Amino acid sequence: MSPADANTPMTKDAIIRVQDLTVAFGSRKVLDGLNLDVARGEILGFVGASGAGKSVLMRTIIGLVPKVSGKIEVFGTDLDSSEKERRNIERRWGILFQHGALFSSLNVRQNIQFPVREYLKVSQRLLDEITMAKLAMVGLKPEVVERFPSELSGGMIKRVALARALALDPEIVFLDEPTSGLDPIGAGDFDELVRTLQRTLGLTVFMVTHDLDSLHTACDRIAVLGSGKIIAQGTMADMQAATHPWLREYFHGKRARAVLDQQASA
Amino acid sequence: MSAPTLEQVAKGDGLALCAAGAWTSASAPLMEKLVADAEKLSGSRPNISIDVSQVAKLDTFGAWLIERLRRTLTVGGQETEIAGLSENYASLVDEVRKVKPRAAPGRGPNGIVVALDGIGRNIYGVGETLLSLVDMIGAVIAAWFRIWLHPSRFRLTSMVHHLQQVCWNAVPIVVLITFLIGCIVAQQGIFHFRKFGADVFVVDMLGILVLRELGVLLVAIMVAGRSGSAYTAELGSMKMREEIDALRTMGFDPVEVLILPRMMALVLAMPILAFLGAMAALYGGGLVAWMYGGVDPSTFLSRLREVLSINHFVVGMAKAPVMAMVIGIVACVEGLAVKGSAESLGQHTTASVVKGIFFVIVMDGVFAIFFASLGI
Repeated sequence: MSPADANTPMTKDAIIRVQDLTVAFGSRKVLDGLNLDVARGEILGFVGASGAGKSVLMRTIIGLVPKVSGKIEVFGTDLDSSEKERRNIERRWGILFQHGALFSSLNVRQNIQFPVREYLKVSQRLLDEITMAKLAMVGLKPEVVERFPSELSGGMIKRVALARALALDPEIVFLDEPTSGLDPIGAGDFDELVRTLQRTLGLTVFMVTHDLDSLHTACDRIAVLGSGKIIAQGTMADMQAATHPWLREYFHGKRARAVLDQQASA
Repeated sequence: MSAPTLEQVAKGDGLALCAAGAWTSASAPLMEKLVADAEKLSGSRPNISIDVSQVAKLDTFGAWLIERLRRTLTVGGQETEIAGLSENYASLVDEVRKVKPRAAPGRGPNGIVVALDGIGRNIYGVGETLLSLVDMIGAVIAAWFRIWLHPSRFRLTSMVHHLQQVCWNAVPIVVLITFLIGCIVAQQGIFHFRKFGADVFVVDMLGILVLRELGVLLVAIMVAGRSGSAYTAELGSMKMREEIDALRTMGFDPVEVLILPRMMALVLAMPILAFLGAMAALYGGGLVAWMYGGVDPSTFLSRLREVLSINHFVVGMAKAPVMAMVIGIVACVEGLAVKGSAESLGQHTTASVVKGIFFVIVMDGVFAIFFASLGI
């Protein structure tokens, strides 16, 4: 899909479908008639200038920010249809908040087990084993299970938060700036991790990010938010070919070139 | 989606366990039961394999349980195979295969040890509390002297802001509560003194009690609950979000910037509140004495003038700033002791109020002994 026909909805199996979404804080419209489809099994990178409303879109989809108008469908079900449907859908997605949002008074084990305990009736033994499996999947050592969030490093917090987001084996995960605050090696590992998990668990990933490396290595498709709408979507190659001034600035700026050079030489 | 099943099919001299249906988290209890039953077969046959070709859907829960079954059935060096794994799920099974079996979390030490451990830590904690209080008193006094040398460094705006919070905004509730307490004390006094025909002595009791003890003590307890807790919560959440570290790295002394203005505000506020509280209590008591006891206001006032000397008033007011210091120091120490979790913030805020009230009452006792030995 070329950036030009950015707003035509995709016909493929869309797992998230956002139509004509408007969100406003007071009289200030943050999202204005936004359309976006996310296909099953893809990793969508979502970019835009700071304050453009990337996190607002994510928070609107997951129901933390009320919308003014528009329709959001997840798994083909309108999120406004009924409270019960909504609960069912909430069980099928996992969210990684920007700062992890781990429960500070629970240790790592309890944090990961919290959603499982709430939704499923499983034995303590299976619960512990699944916790260890999730920890291994996100690349953490078993020793960290007894630690509290205040005793973890930034990268570990993100990983534990991802493990918690994955605890119920969701079909969609929302990641809000997953690599912010990580060193380049850690960020690279995290991108790799997201890719691996997407492959093994068949996840659909909605990733808000600023990290050009992540966009390169992890994302199948990129959507760009500007002035309340999607101004472009497509692959990395499409983005680089785009003529929109902000896109040119973003994907051809000094930092972007450095990433490209590095990718080319690797 | 169909429920998960695990059928046993004889295969030559061995046995094939055929899994089918959706092996997903939604049917976790059923899967657990199936696997637990199948695990009992361990060692019963020489040749057991697991066939997953009919599995419609697999997630981490299902994959792990199948892997667990495989591990249990693998005995005597003969590896149990997982057959018929589809391309889609191969990587998932590989992933859970990497999970190292880990012994269940060890049981904690027994109850008696835990209890003794708790007692020991608490006793040690008392020493630490006293030490940190002394440390804070020292830091505040040092900051106070620095301010005397460089008065321009004093944060007047901040102090005025806190003064509004802890003094002006507290006036209505403090006056209301002390007024009511004055009423209650007078009513009880009249009720019991009347038996001896000594109604009028209620004025003696009320006047001395309110000015010397009750006014300042009640106000101190209210301030500890109202402002001490607020100080602890403010400083604690600033500590949690590393704001205090940020101040320190910019070359500011947190004691000078955050704690001294708060302490000063409290020290100024307490005498004012204690005075207002005492007046409200006397007013309430006088009102009850008049309405309920028939002691008319002019009798009440002349009796009050006879009984009270300026000493009673001074004794009460002199205690107020000291109690403010005690409450402020405890609140700030607790605030800075907050660790990273929300729970810790709650614990320290509770501790701030409890310790604040405790020390206020202890101080009051010390003052009572002091003034008694001076004979005032």
